Amino acid sequence: MDGQADIVTAIRVTVTLAAVTTLCLLVLATPLAWWLSRRRNLFKDAITALVALPVVLPPTVLGFYLLVAMGPQSPLMAWLHPFGIRTLNFTFAGLVIGSIVYSLPFAVQPIRNAFETLGPRPLEVAATLGAGPIDRFFTVALPLARKGFLTAALLVFAHTVGEFGVVLMIGGAIPGKTEVVSIRIWQMVEQLDWAGAHRLAGGLMVFAFVVLLSLLVIDRRLGQVERGAE
Amino acid sequence: MTIDIALKGTAGRFAIDAAFTVPSSGVTAIWGASGSGKTTLLRAIAGLQRLSGHVRIGGAVWQDDNAFVPVHRRRVGYVFQEASLFSHLSVAENIDYGRRRAGGEMPDLPGLKALLSRRVATLSGGERQRVALARAIAAKPVLLLMDEPLSSLDGAAKAEILPLIKQIGAHMPILYVTHDAAEVAALADRVLHMADGRVTPGTKTASLEGLSEAEIRALAEAALKAGLKP
Repeated sequence: MDGQADIVTAIRVTVTLAAVTTLCLLVLATPLAWWLSRRRNLFKDAITALVALPVVLPPTVLGFYLLVAMGPQSPLMAWLHPFGIRTLNFTFAGLVIGSIVYSLPFAVQPIRNAFETLGPRPLEVAATLGAGPIDRFFTVALPLARKGFLTAALLVFAHTVGEFGVVLMIGGAIPGKTEVVSIRIWQMVEQLDWAGAHRLAGGLMVFAFVVLLSLLVIDRRLGQVERGAE
Repeated sequence: MTIDIALKGTAGRFAIDAAFTVPSSGVTAIWGASGSGKTTLLRAIAGLQRLSGHVRIGGAVWQDDNAFVPVHRRRVGYVFQEASLFSHLSVAENIDYGRRRAGGEMPDLPGLKALLSRRVATLSGGERQRVALARAIAAKPVLLLMDEPLSSLDGAAKAEILPLIKQIGAHMPILYVTHDAAEVAALADRVLHMADGRVTPGTKTASLEGLSEAEIRALAEAALKAGLKP
């Protein structure tokens, strides 16, 4: 059936988008969160506020600016013209960039908290045991902050799956490329396909519940381990 | 070979102006009331905090007017007041952390073998500090710094660890910070007295002045336990 194939395609695009966004954000947010977690000042507070903007802005505002920034007239895009790329709007790559911006606070916040909770002591111990700055970051700071990373990964994945406004603004709804589950549901309702909308919406409900439950379980389990090891 | 230290400056609310030379063997107690700047001095010797002056350990210059060797290149052992074990590593992995980087050997401390396979979270306070001690000496330091390592332990645990420290002090110089006269009596080959950030030579007998009868009794018992002949 056609409808069935559309749904599978939409799910595939959604999961791919969420997975790629999560991977990119873990790599990008880690150094940013580390830097923000060290000594605070006004400049860092400003950057923190900037990172948190997507939490409070309507997705359409974010989507609007992304649309402008990734359009053919944008000075940013001028850098890509020599490579034959005129715009990233209505492409999967553009969608990934939009999702990264949109979910940035959900990656930075938990990782930054984890780094702050760590305190300076474990790194001092590692230094007295002969570990240089990069060595102790990878062997002490990262593993001790694992709860923050797990939380960040789950939140970003779930938040990306739950995107609607930004995706609609910069993605259009091109089946197989930029049409994600949330958009598909909207279109099913437009076409009065209530049964299909029910199935997809119900699926997302279950997914969201499982993610939130996992977060709580991770928090409880890893919290116990950490409290036991003071 | 001598340990030659002269450090001066302000760190937080402590003004330090300490200069002393001690032979690089045995246990040197740095004894003083809390708030006298003992911890700050010890951290500055390790390079965890920056004061001006010099730190020379035998032929090695850790700090002078031209140089400031970073902590991880100082070959310093540091035992903190809290054991500060890495909670993401097992006991054996904790000890291995410094041992691997220094190319040292697994230290042969009594009672250590039985702990190696344990998880850090299951250790008692005394066991933790024993592991912290083993971890510090496994990194083959040329100087061991100890900051009130017994202050959070009960009497029985203290009595177990005191002779270990005494034993280690026979092979490697130890600077031992404490406010506890009984520990000084049990451990120290020589005493430096610290008050208001300044260091003056002290004697063990002088430390009896102004102590209550109970304190003197505790001191005598600890001394007997550590093998001092009456």
